[in-house]
Amino acid sequence: MDLFEYQAKELFTEYGVPTQPGKVAHTATEARDIAAEFAADGHPLVVVKAQVKTGGRGKAGGVKLADGPEEAYAKASQILGMDIKGHTVHTVLIAQAVDIAAEYYLSFLLDRANRTFLSICSVQGGMEIEEVAHSSPDAVARIAVSPLTGVDAAKAKEIIAAGHIPAEAAEGAALLAERLWAMFTDEDATLAEVNPIALTKDGQVLAVDGKVTLDDNAAFRQEHARFADTSSTDPIEARAKAKHLNYVKLDGEVGIIGNGAGLVMSTLDVVAQAGQSFGGIRPANFLDIGGGASAEVMANGLEIVLSDPSVRAVLVNVFGGITSCDAVANGIVSAISMLAERGEHVDLPIVVRLDGNNAAEGRRILADAGIKVVEQVDTMDGAARRAAELASAAKGA
Amino acid sequence: MAIFLTGQSRVMIQGITGSEGRRHGARMLAAGTRIVGGTNPRKAGQTVELAGTGVPVFGTVADTMAATGADVSVIFVPAERTKDAVIEAIEAQIGLCIVITEGIPVHDTAEFWARASAAGNKTRIIGPNCPGVASPGKSNAGIIPADITSEGRIGLVSKSGTLTYQMMYELRDIGFSTAVGIGGDPVIGTTHIDCLQAFSEDPETDAIVMIGEIGGDAEERAGAFIEQHVTKPVVGYVAGFTAPEGKTMGHAGAIISGSSGTAQAKKEALEKAGVRVGKTPSETAALVREVMRTVLAQGGRPPWNPPQARCGSPP
Repeated sequence: MDLFEYQAKELFTEYGVPTQPGKVAHTATEARDIAAEFAADGHPLVVVKAQVKTGGRGKAGGVKLADGPEEAYAKASQILGMDIKGHTVHTVLIAQAVDIAAEYYLSFLLDRANRTFLSICSVQGGMEIEEVAHSSPDAVARIAVSPLTGVDAAKAKEIIAAGHIPAEAAEGAALLAERLWAMFTDEDATLAEVNPIALTKDGQVLAVDGKVTLDDNAAFRQEHARFADTSSTDPIEARAKAKHLNYVKLDGEVGIIGNGAGLVMSTLDVVAQAGQSFGGIRPANFLDIGGGASAEVMANGLEIVLSDPSVRAVLVNVFGGITSCDAVANGIVSAISMLAERGEHVDLPIVVRLDGNNAAEGRRILADAGIKVVEQVDTMDGAARRAAELASAAKGA
Repeated sequence: MAIFLTGQSRVMIQGITGSEGRRHGARMLAAGTRIVGGTNPRKAGQTVELAGTGVPVFGTVADTMAATGADVSVIFVPAERTKDAVIEAIEAQIGLCIVITEGIPVHDTAEFWARASAAGNKTRIIGPNCPGVASPGKSNAGIIPADITSEGRIGLVSKSGTLTYQMMYELRDIGFSTAVGIGGDPVIGTTHIDCLQAFSEDPETDAIVMIGEIGGDAEERAGAFIEQHVTKPVVGYVAGFTAPEGKTMGHAGAIISGSSGTAQAKKEALEKAGVRVGKTPSETAALVREVMRTVLAQGGRPPWNPPQARCGSPP
């Protein structure tokens, strides 16, 4: 899960990573009130920052300086509702402006290739680190961090020195690094990035912007549900999640149900390829119902997929491994009658491809059930083609 | 000979008394695997019934190894306890540890991997979040269905479970020496490269199928390795061409961030290394069939040269 900047900074504050004071506003009025509060404390100058989970906010006009409450109101009005790379701005962070003397970069992340953690540190902060790495590779230090020894004071100093952070900021930056590492490990983060770390004109070292990604697999030992973002989650994805279904909404017309992440990903690809012959038909979703494929899971899956109004045909692609295909076929038959009992009659074509363990028996069960909308195709490629064709015909109709 | 897992392998199960451990333990036994024991600290000294066979339960991995000569452990314990289970296996210095459990926090995987490395990598780790290893006709350790394929001379390495099964089933008439499911997590123990190397050295493997998916750069690195070190024919498949950036596609590792990790980049890297890459699983199977026909036409021996004598792209 990616966090918004303000959420990342909440975690920073919890772990003693210094940031400038700031508060979140959902409306321009709230923005004005926060700015008024800061002005009363002697900090009239604030930055109004769009809260979106994408980079390049500044360039898109999503970060603006405001002098006093009225200006904060005006700037927040401009930014709220803005579209930044497909993300609508629902909230802004009102942060006290700081007088920046220099900007640096620091992050901790997972190094997949080396199966360990990595710290990246650079004296050139404030811009995309990829750009810095490209234009001046020597200015970007990469230091491996062992999960067994982590980052203590000495390791933090090593990282900061490798990034050539100057003496006047080194102590503060090293302390920041040590605390950021504590957050990274204790919160099961896979990325903790501070860009920039600012050295202010009065000598403070602050995390001015932050990006944090948390590991969803650690949900059982973390309290991360509080960070869940309901405003920008697709409503169908939200309902699927409530039913414990592994569903991702896409923008096509063929609803996909399959078992196993790899097979479903592959099914999306094969449908998209086949769809090129039918005017660019594409998969409408990713849905992995897992190994078991019980009738109830199949019914929930079908219901979710069919609730997407852009779906014109459904492709069920199941490979019977440990679960045999007769069980899967029975699952499909009872799923459709289960949906009918719930008052949801299925009238879109459903192309089914069953293969693997006991496939012949599974196909016989489906054929004998005589469900009008169900059509069986023996191969994955053939089934994908048929589903794309049916979706295209329905779309044209 | 197969790789990693042979008919001689003595397999134990960590979490043998749990529902998954019992269910798959019985399946493995039925497939001919020599299941010699398992662990549950609270049920040490008892016997667990797996498909009519009594299997002894021990308190620790070390005890199981001492009593039974176990050299492979398959882990079915819940994600919350997997890190400790793997570390126990590493400390007992078992030769092979297959981690089936899914949903393990990546900090835990990074930690047990670091411990395995610090201990000199005496324990090969496969997984986590993987279907395991199957050497058809010899042994089956994990959850790969045993009856969907036959013994043969294709080696298979894959990030995905169901795509592994699909490929094994499509090529069941030709058969496999070993299929290794390495798992779809961001950090895994045994990699594509480890398996490519082992298959290269295995006299019972003639050709290799490699299945990858979006996320990370493991396939790109495997491509570079193949170019340098692998002379047996390799056929590849990559899933996830339609996956959008920033969305996790089921596997924790299957996420495209920025420009890295796309299926297109992986396909290109493999093709550059001389790997024939199929557009669909069926087309990939057809390519393997073609490769195996060539192998057979040349008298059943693979058309490869010793690595040092080789130049240009693989045959």
